[in-house]
Amino acid sequence: MAKAGLNRIDMPKQAVAKRIQNFSEVATGYTPSDAHIEAARCLQCKKRYCVEGCPVNIDIPEFILALREGDMPEAARILKKTNSLPGVCGRVCPQETQCEQACILNKKEVPIAIGRLERFVADWEREHSAEVNLPKSLKPKSGKKAAVVGAGPAGLTASAELARLGHDVTLFESLHTAGGVLMYGIPEFRLPKDIVQGEVEYVKSLGVKIELNAVAGRLFSLDDLFKQGFQAVFLATGAGLPLFLNVQGENLNGVYSANEFLTRINLMKAHSFPEYDTPVKKGKKVAVIGGGNVAMDAARCALRLGAEEVSIIYRRSEVELPARKEEVENAREEGIKFHFLTSPVRFLANEQGKVRAMDCQKMELGEPDASGRRRPIPVDGSEFEMDIDLAIIALGTRPNPLVMQSAPDLQVNPNGTVAAGISGQTSHKAVWAGGDIVTGSDTVISAMGAAKRSALVMDEYLRSL
Amino acid sequence: MYTIIERQDLLPKVHLLKIQAPKVAAAAAAGQFVILRVDTEGERFPLTIADWDAQAGTVTVIYMEIGVSTRKLAKLGKGDAILDFAGPLGKPTEIENFGTVVCVSGGFAMATIVPIARAMKEAGNRVISIVGARSKDLFFWHDRLTKYSDEMIVCTDDGSAGIKGLVTEPLRDLLSSDTKLDRVIVIGPSVMMKFCSKTTQPFGVKTIVSLNPIMIDGTGMCGCCRVSLDGQTRFACVDGPEFDGHKVDWDGLLVRQKSYVAEEAVASERCRCKEEGCGNHG
Repeated sequence: MAKAGLNRIDMPKQAVAKRIQNFSEVATGYTPSDAHIEAARCLQCKKRYCVEGCPVNIDIPEFILALREGDMPEAARILKKTNSLPGVCGRVCPQETQCEQACILNKKEVPIAIGRLERFVADWEREHSAEVNLPKSLKPKSGKKAAVVGAGPAGLTASAELARLGHDVTLFESLHTAGGVLMYGIPEFRLPKDIVQGEVEYVKSLGVKIELNAVAGRLFSLDDLFKQGFQAVFLATGAGLPLFLNVQGENLNGVYSANEFLTRINLMKAHSFPEYDTPVKKGKKVAVIGGGNVAMDAARCALRLGAEEVSIIYRRSEVELPARKEEVENAREEGIKFHFLTSPVRFLANEQGKVRAMDCQKMELGEPDASGRRRPIPVDGSEFEMDIDLAIIALGTRPNPLVMQSAPDLQVNPNGTVAAGISGQTSHKAVWAGGDIVTGSDTVISAMGAAKRSALVMDEYLRSL
Repeated sequence: MYTIIERQDLLPKVHLLKIQAPKVAAAAAAGQFVILRVDTEGERFPLTIADWDAQAGTVTVIYMEIGVSTRKLAKLGKGDAILDFAGPLGKPTEIENFGTVVCVSGGFAMATIVPIARAMKEAGNRVISIVGARSKDLFFWHDRLTKYSDEMIVCTDDGSAGIKGLVTEPLRDLLSSDTKLDRVIVIGPSVMMKFCSKTTQPFGVKTIVSLNPIMIDGTGMCGCCRVSLDGQTRFACVDGPEFDGHKVDWDGLLVRQKSYVAEEAVASERCRCKEEGCGNHG
C-alpha cells in the first residue's frame, strides 16, 4: 500500500479535443485502484478537521477507512447516514474551501481528494444499492405531515431527513422534473442528469411523495398547505430570478440570461434539437458576462454547441473570480478566453433585431466594497466594441418572489430573501426556510446543510404537536 | 399525466381540449394560463385558460396548430393524456367594477376573452365586446361572449359579417362617442394589441393587453419572456401576462417573438417528413 505523503491521485478526464465535442461528463471518475491508493493517504486523524469543514458533517475518515478496507457497502452507509445526495456532492461541492481545506495534509502538501472518493463510493452504491441495505428510518412514524416546497438540493435533503425522522412528507416542485438547479442549471458534463435522478429515486424510496408541476404561490398558497393538513412547511424555492445588467439592447434576440440558456440545454435538451423540440441559439462569437460557476458552465456549453470563440467578460480581475478554480482551469483548457476588468455598456443590433456587437469599457479596481472585494471603477475613454452574435448574462440570481407574494405574513429581507434564523425558523411558527431562498446564490452543500438543520428542529416541533 | 376528456374541432386547425386537472381547476382565475409539455421530447409552451370547472376538475384550453408542439397536441384526442400541465400561471386579470369595459378580441383569442368578459360582467360592469376575424366562418363561442356582453360589435376583414374592417375602427368610434369608457382589454395577435393600444392612447383610456412572448418555465426563472415596459424589464410569466398596453415596447416584443423562426422551420419540416414518412429524418 502506498505511503501517506504522496501526491493525490489525479482525476481521469476526457481529453480536451474530445470533450468539447460532447456533453458527457468531463471527469470520468476514479478507478477502484485510484480510489484505494488515494484512500490510503488518509491519516485517519483523531481530531477530525475535515468533518468540521463539511456543512453536513459527513464522517469522512470513517467512510475512507471502510473504502480502504474494501467494505464498500459500509462506506456507502456512512455517506448516506449524513448525506442524501453524495453522487451530487462528490461532483459539485467546492471541497477545496471545505473538507479538503481543513484536511491536515493540506498544511504539508496536498489534501486527500475527499470529493473524488465520495463520488467513487456514491457511484459504486448506485450500481450496488441492493448490497448496501440502507436503513429507511431512524425514528418510529410520527403520524405528522410535512410539506417541502421546491425539489432542489435543499428541498430534497429536507424531504429525505424528515422522512427518515418518521414524518409523512410531500415535496412540491414547480417544474416537470425534480432536482431544481441540479437539473436545469448545472450541465450534464459536470453533473449527469441520471446521477441526479438516481438521488431523487433514493429520496422517493424513503416514502417522500413528489408532486411535479406544482407551482407554489399560484397553485397553492402557504395557508392552503396548512388547510390541507400539513403541520410544518419547509420552503426551498431557491434563488431562481435572473439578474440583468439593465443596459441598452439587453432584450435583443441573441441575448440570454444564463438561466434560460442553461435551462434550454440541461432541462429541455436543446443541444439535441430537433430530436428534442426546444431550440437554442448556437453562436459563433459568444460573450458570457460574469465570473461565477454559472458563467463557466454557460461558456463551456456554448463551446460544445459549436462556437468558434467564447469569452468570459468579468468586471474585476482574475483574483476575484468567484468560480471554482477547477472550473476555471477546465474552461481555460477548453479554450475559453478571459477578458478581465471589462464590463458591457450596451448591446448593438443588426437589421433583424439580433445582437451583432457589444460596447464594453475597461475597469480598474478601487477600494473594497461591501462584499470585501475591490470595487470596479470605469476607466474614462476606454470604450471599445466587441463583435459577438450571442451574449449570455450570468450575473447571479435573486429569490423568486412568487411564494412570498402568496404569504404576506412571511418576513422578507430588503434583498428579497426570506428572513430566517440559524435553523431556518421564519416569522411564521410552522414555516422553515433554507438554501438560496435564505442566503441568496450559494452552494449546493450549504443549502443541504441548512436543510438538515431545519429538519432536526422541524422534527422536534412536529413531535411536540 | 393529465387526461383529455373532451376534444372539439372548432375551426380547421383550431381545437378545444377539456383536460382533467382538478388542482389547476380549483385555483384558476380569469386571465391566467397553463404551461404544457406533450411528451418527453416536447417543449414547454403556454396556453391561455379559456374556461375551467372547479367541481368537475377540468380546465379548457383552445389553441391553433402553428408549430411542432401544437401539431403534436393536435394528434391527441379524448382519452389521451398530456405529460405535463402546470398552472394556473400569471397574475389573474384585475377585476372590479370599473364602469364600462370594452373587451376586444381577435383570432382564436375570441374564446380566451370570455372568462374576462364574464368576470367583468359579474363585477357589475357594462361590457362592450368587439370581436374580429378574417371572415364569418371563423367565429366561435360567439354565443358565450354575447351572454356576458351588453353590446356586441363584430368585424370581418372581408365584410362577410358585421363591420368590414379591423377592430380598431369600431374601437375608435366608441372612444370618440359620448360613451364614457373606463377600461379596454385587448387579447389577440400582438400586432392587433399594439394597434388597439395606439388607438386608445390619445383618449387616455387605460388599456390592458395580454402578452404572449416565448416562455419556458413560466415561473420567473429563465427570463425568456421578458418585455420592456416604459424602459423597465418585466417578466410576462410572473409580472404579467397582462400589462398596460400604453407602456409596452411593442416592436421589441414583436422581434423577440420571431427569435426562433428559422429553428421552427427546421422542426416543422422534420415533423412533416416524419408524418409523411420520407425516411430521411429519423
